[in-house]
Amino acid sequence: MHNDQKTTDTTSSSTSTEELQREVAELMVECLNLEVAADQILADDPLYEDGLGLDSIDVLEVALVVSKRYGLQLRDDNVDNQHIFSSLRNLSDYIASKRTL
Amino acid sequence: MTTLPLVSHLTPDSIIAWRNRDGDAVTLHQFLADVNQLVSLFPAGSHMLNMCSDRYHFSVGLAAAIVANKVSLLPSTHTPEVIRQIKAFAPDVFCLTDNENCNVDLPQLAFPLAQKNDTSLFAIPQINREQCVAIVFTSGSTGHPKPHPKTWAALVSSIQAQALRIGLQHHAGTTLISTVPPQHMYGLESSVLIAWFTGNALCDAQPFYPADVCQTLSAVPSPRVLVSSPVHLRTLLDADLIIPKVDQILSATAPLTIELAQKVESHCDAPLFEIYGSTETGLIATRRSSQTDKWQLLPEIHLIAKDEKVYAMGGHINTLTIMNDVFDAITKTDFLLRGRVDDMINIAGRRHSLASLNHILNSIPGVIDGAFYMPDENDNSSTTTRLSACVVAPELNATQLLSMLRDFIAPVFLPRPLLFIDKLPRNETGKLSRASLHDLFHSPHLGKSNE
Repeated sequence: MHNDQKTTDTTSSSTSTEELQREVAELMVECLNLEVAADQILADDPLYEDGLGLDSIDVLEVALVVSKRYGLQLRDDNVDNQHIFSSLRNLSDYIASKRTL
Repeated sequence: MTTLPLVSHLTPDSIIAWRNRDGDAVTLHQFLADVNQLVSLFPAGSHMLNMCSDRYHFSVGLAAAIVANKVSLLPSTHTPEVIRQIKAFAPDVFCLTDNENCNVDLPQLAFPLAQKNDTSLFAIPQINREQCVAIVFTSGSTGHPKPHPKTWAALVSSIQAQALRIGLQHHAGTTLISTVPPQHMYGLESSVLIAWFTGNALCDAQPFYPADVCQTLSAVPSPRVLVSSPVHLRTLLDADLIIPKVDQILSATAPLTIELAQKVESHCDAPLFEIYGSTETGLIATRRSSQTDKWQLLPEIHLIAKDEKVYAMGGHINTLTIMNDVFDAITKTDFLLRGRVDDMINIAGRRHSLASLNHILNSIPGVIDGAFYMPDENDNSSTTTRLSACVVAPELNATQLLSMLRDFIAPVFLPRPLLFIDKLPRNETGKLSRASLHDLFHSPHLGKSNE
């Protein structure tokens, strides 16, 4: 959890891709009481089924936490829900593109 | 032969559904034309697995099957193993799907494209009261799904009793919007059939995220009934969105706390009714959860306590049917629930027999011994309580084992955590106590999850 890296810019909206992925992984682990450590969730590992094994209830829980943390609402229309939650990278990219906080 | 009409809608232009995506109303005339079109495409088989995810497609499929005297099969999940079991149960089964990428290993019938209004004569089909229109399956305790046939008359009478109880008026132009799928008893009864039998309309969508629920509500006219579950209602409230006007809320699948029920009612300014039932019985009781923890039985239905078991009987239930919950204070008209019988677990509304889960776990090649464990649900925790499992399986890792389990059980029952241990904490007679499993999962150093 200790991040020794000093960042001069502290506004969250300019978080780097890797930092955001780490942050989202930590949110997921905390919100779902997952057995894995956040840094064990690799950016391109699937979150559903054979990867982290999330199901739709998990997705609802994570969506709620994400919506509060980043000020966005996830929507199921137009975008493919399975795609957003297919990997940590895709989820983080989606957040980066929609976040208001 | 006495019959009951397929739907209660009266005139060809009565609205029976709303298409959320394009905002269009579907009239009874269009619905019956869609039903007739689908009937003409049906293969010979007399059993159908209706996997349509669009609720309107599902309803057309169900109606067409009923009109063509085919039985809709409704298993609790669609894992490859359950599909194999369904095929063994009904070798002539085919699958109706509206998903181009449906990979279910059954002969498939793609839901046809919408057709133009046809000019055929308008007639509401009359259905034989005793016709078996659906078979709903529970997980059974031996790993084999157990069939529960539903006759047309039983479905019609239980839903009419429900509509009366919750004050859902007939032909009121009400729209039912549901966050739960139509493929199990609650969704079937409260999001599809109740619209048919009260002359109201269903909404084709199954909104998932809170923002989707709000959008779907605002896209259909009032009065609106939101048909949902505790998990969906909690996330909807927690999202702090402006919820469009709702006139009534239904919840089922798992008990709501009185606090959540009161929060939902005050936030939405609408009454919330909880529905109680089971796959075996269909719905049998309701309660206004913000005001009472007592469940009120539907008229004519009785609970009978006998040999420490409780059975339901009367009304639409023709034979004594055992209930899988623990009851208290049973009177002629109401009762209290005190949890479920030990073998039956309920995660986010999905039920499964623990004995059957253990049977499945121990039948996985490479598993020498294994057991599932359901932790006590923590009422204060906002997240869903999950199953744990421990296994002796030196040749397997977690990924392999979970992947094999996934063939047999719905994802919601997959264990979390899954501990690999050298020996299960069985006593000298080989019995595995709940206390010993509790200790196992609460001692941090005993197990490791094979990664």
